[in-house]
Amino acid sequence: MLRQPRSGRSTVAAFVIFALLAAIPFVDFEIPGLFNGPLNEPGTLQLLALCATFAGVALSYNLLFGYTGLLSFGHALYFSTGIYVADILLTRYHWALLPALAATFAAGIVLPFVFGAVSLRVSGIAFAMVTLAFAQAGSILALENPGRLTGGEEGLGLDVTNLPNFLIGVVNTRYLYWIALAYLVLTFVICWWAVNSRPGKVWLAIRENERRVEVMGLNPFAFKLLAFTLSGFLATLGGIVYLLLLGGATPEVTTANLSLALLLMVVLGGAGTLWGPALGGALYEYLDFRLLKLSSSSEIASLPGWLRAPLAEPLFILGALFIVLVFFFPGGIAGIAGRLRRRPRQQPIPVDVEVPPEVAQ
Amino acid sequence: MSTVILLLVTGLGLGALYFLIASGLSLTYGLMRVLNFAHGIFLTVGGYASWWIAVRLPFGDPWRFLVALLGCLVVGAIVAAAVEIGLIRPLYRRHVEQVLVTVGLALAFTALVQGTFGPDPISYPAPSWTQGVTQLAGANIPNSRLLAIAVAAVVFLVLSAFLRFTRWGLIVRAGVENRAMVAALGIDVQRAFTLVFALGGVAAALAGALGALYFGNIDPERGTATLIFAFIVIVIGGLGSFTGSALAAVVVGLLQQFMNYYASVYWGFSAAGDLSVVLLLAVVLLWRPQGLLGRSVG
Repeated sequence: MLRQPRSGRSTVAAFVIFALLAAIPFVDFEIPGLFNGPLNEPGTLQLLALCATFAGVALSYNLLFGYTGLLSFGHALYFSTGIYVADILLTRYHWALLPALAATFAAGIVLPFVFGAVSLRVSGIAFAMVTLAFAQAGSILALENPGRLTGGEEGLGLDVTNLPNFLIGVVNTRYLYWIALAYLVLTFVICWWAVNSRPGKVWLAIRENERRVEVMGLNPFAFKLLAFTLSGFLATLGGIVYLLLLGGATPEVTTANLSLALLLMVVLGGAGTLWGPALGGALYEYLDFRLLKLSSSSEIASLPGWLRAPLAEPLFILGALFIVLVFFFPGGIAGIAGRLRRRPRQQPIPVDVEVPPEVAQ
Repeated sequence: MSTVILLLVTGLGLGALYFLIASGLSLTYGLMRVLNFAHGIFLTVGGYASWWIAVRLPFGDPWRFLVALLGCLVVGAIVAAAVEIGLIRPLYRRHVEQVLVTVGLALAFTALVQGTFGPDPISYPAPSWTQGVTQLAGANIPNSRLLAIAVAAVVFLVLSAFLRFTRWGLIVRAGVENRAMVAALGIDVQRAFTLVFALGGVAAALAGALGALYFGNIDPERGTATLIFAFIVIVIGGLGSFTGSALAAVVVGLLQQFMNYYASVYWGFSAAGDLSVVLLLAVVLLWRPQGLLGRSVG
């Protein structure tokens, strides 16, 4: 199922959708039930910007899991690299914005390259565990606060003195929203371009049958490392956007739960498609936010105890939803949409990439 | 000297906990290529079940603890068997989907425990003997560590004997070697797998109760936190190798404890133990990707 370059129609559709999203800060009507206030209110824009950021990070993870068939449990490491490296350079070392960004970009390429080169020594399930272990090391470092750099459990608030004015303050949330949207568009375009490039075709081939790629004289390791590095870099960019958006770093972003959440987002939207994971990332972030709000609402508090305990935990609902999804809708949202259209142009993969026993050991 | 002995024993105690979790993980992986990301919940189940039973029993220790321990083992076996039959078996041979389902289960279950019993650690009604210390070559060793080591050693011997001398053990060993061949000979590997899965659940529940003594409390997050180290242990030991996971558990436990102590004493950096374990994993992967006792890939 090698993908042909997109037809003109869907390019136009993409333009229209992103243009509409970009216009949201100028719209002041309310969507009752969905958001708490008008669309262009800072709180709503912040939530939308978070959704756009996670849509982009989910897209970056999708390059690994959806297109190359690499199940990584450590993608949070590269996302938090963007957050923490930029934060530490700006706040602790008082670097100017541009050098700090450049250094963070460099870290976002070097780290996934090095860690990818080590963890890709094994494949399948062992790869999943090794990526998890590396990410855990990052999480421990962030929590341990070595040299008082990371702020430990409390996290590290961003020092905004070296930031341009339009990035600071609640009134300027719209600029942050546009930055998040620009990040999403950039990631989308890069992913689209990458999966349609020659290495992208090899990624798909590795996902389907790695042994065969090897037999054809290609080196799967190099292509997998390319996918790992590109995906890690895009996640690092997302981390920078997240840092600007939330104005600081908290150690929660480094934990395994965030890596698992990214996996959920991609599967929710439909692994191995472009629209799916973006939609899944945005939807997951939205649900996570709304469920947290719901859990402290009076409706939940008035329920009997045995019902209140599970419903008050967003992760319980999301985890249970995920199990149902894997059992009954393995293609995610993109799969459902494809089934409804009856003419699946872009078939999402059912995520049953077989790990050959001899490779997985 | 007494410090070294203390570190040695506490390191072995930590290794004992890792072994109890890793043994089940390694065998289920070896037999069916199933990575059970929800294996940590069996540890949580063990800790909370034994606590729940212990605080309700009318009589005192040591019987209270022993009954609670027995109860949590039964609950662990039931929960593990239910997970295997309800969630893993329907996705037979779809390995990535099996991982995804167990990921969802791990997240949902941890959140459920947090919602029901609260997110904070609950202090555990440990029997007084386990809170005492024993003099050993001049070092005061906490008895909970000695207990963990003794129990893990017994579990290792029992499981080794099970694998070596029983018919089920033979099926498991043969299945790890070549599942297709065993199945082709008309032997029901699936049932052996359910058994191994339940045994793994029991071992992890045991680790949950012993860990509650070790740390003095139960915590909804501990299952996942310990699971990550158990993963490291089974990769270092060699996936599917029972003896390998025992060896690696001891190595990882000792390394972690010694590094934690000396790094925080000399450099004031207390995370060194956890980090050095990850570093060890990287070194082992570069040197022997199949793990210490794993068979090399052809």
